[in-house]
Amino acid sequence: MKAPPFAYAKPRSLAEALELLQHPGAKVLAGGQSLIPSLNMRLSSPELLVDITGLKGLANIEARDGGVRIGALCTHTSVERSPEVREHLPLLAEAVAHIAHPAIRNRGTLGGSLALADPNAELPACALALDAVLIVAGRKGERRVPASAFFKALFETDLKPDEILVGAEFPKAAKSVFLELARRQGDYAIVGLAATSRGAEKRVAFFGVAATPILLKAKSLEEALKALPTPNADLYNTSATKRHLAGVLLERAWNKLS
Amino acid sequence: MEQALVITLTVNGTQVTRSVQARQHLVDFLREELGLTGSHIGCEHGVCGACTLRVDGDIVRGCLMLAVQANGCRVETIEGLSDSKELEKLQKAFHEKNALQCGFCTPGMLMAAQDLIRQGKKTTREQIRNHISGNYCRCTGYQAIVDAIEEVIKTEVNHGQG
Repeated sequence: MKAPPFAYAKPRSLAEALELLQHPGAKVLAGGQSLIPSLNMRLSSPELLVDITGLKGLANIEARDGGVRIGALCTHTSVERSPEVREHLPLLAEAVAHIAHPAIRNRGTLGGSLALADPNAELPACALALDAVLIVAGRKGERRVPASAFFKALFETDLKPDEILVGAEFPKAAKSVFLELARRQGDYAIVGLAATSRGAEKRVAFFGVAATPILLKAKSLEEALKALPTPNADLYNTSATKRHLAGVLLERAWNKLS
Repeated sequence: MEQALVITLTVNGTQVTRSVQARQHLVDFLREELGLTGSHIGCEHGVCGACTLRVDGDIVRGCLMLAVQANGCRVETIEGLSDSKELEKLQKAFHEKNALQCGFCTPGMLMAAQDLIRQGKKTTREQIRNHISGNYCRCTGYQAIVDAIEEVIKTEVNHGQG
């Protein structure tokens, strides 16, 4: 189908973008790889799209303070190809290769994926596993939100309608693993996980199991298996199947991290 | 709220300026305003890949980009890459291997395959399948398509570029 009518603005500065978001029914457009399909299917009907892709300084990737700061407008392709990401955040480099297809990765952005908070998506789970901090800009300035407080419910985050996610800081992990089961390359996962280890504790974030990604922290595999989430069934897989597969992935991840 | 905006972009090497509605997709703009109907419209929500275009050198979904977002961009379509002979070897291989299936996906398939070929790397059949995974439709199989792409990659990589 075709998108419903809307107005379009492409601000040149963050201040201008934040001002435009004061309009009732305004919505941020970045890569558009989830927003435009939802418009095409008439699941969303904003009055005004505020295209933030013209904003300067939001597409940088910088290694600093034992981690990497990634601008919200970095495309999945740029994250995948970044030498800083490969060196310091191999988890993200691995995860991004699972996102949809090359033509979509060329436009979809890191910020868009985090702000949408699709519970089946790879990046929100990575943000949780890495204990990332999300940087949110509003008219009163910037605020920093830990990933653990950002993903609130199905497609709901801590972002207010007039705020813009401008980037995220991902601390390095000593070891990390990314695993995803899908029927075919680029499909949404049946179930997947992003896991990191810093010292004795391991953080495992599951996606494709509930309304948000689910973080599990444990020191032993037995403890982790006991805390395994009971996934929601989807159109093709029962809860029991998904729980079994989540357990299989958990054991594989644990063995790689140990 | 309808809104018309004036955009200027380069399509297959020619600069065009038009007034478009904000909601018009890039692929609809190319087909309806410019008559470039080689890019097909299948699913209109980013799943089938039949509308694959090149924007500023990178392949994108023509149904997941608004025409206004292409303002100032360099857009290349199947017509452009075909006329410039960039796709010549690939088209010949598709022809020889009968890699057409029902044919609806073919323009997008050629655009996605060429994106892989121009990377100039040795590529396994599995990597070819992964790269065209965004262009699967309903015919299933894709054996002959993978054969055709594999043949071009083998000749390109063995003869100089790799």
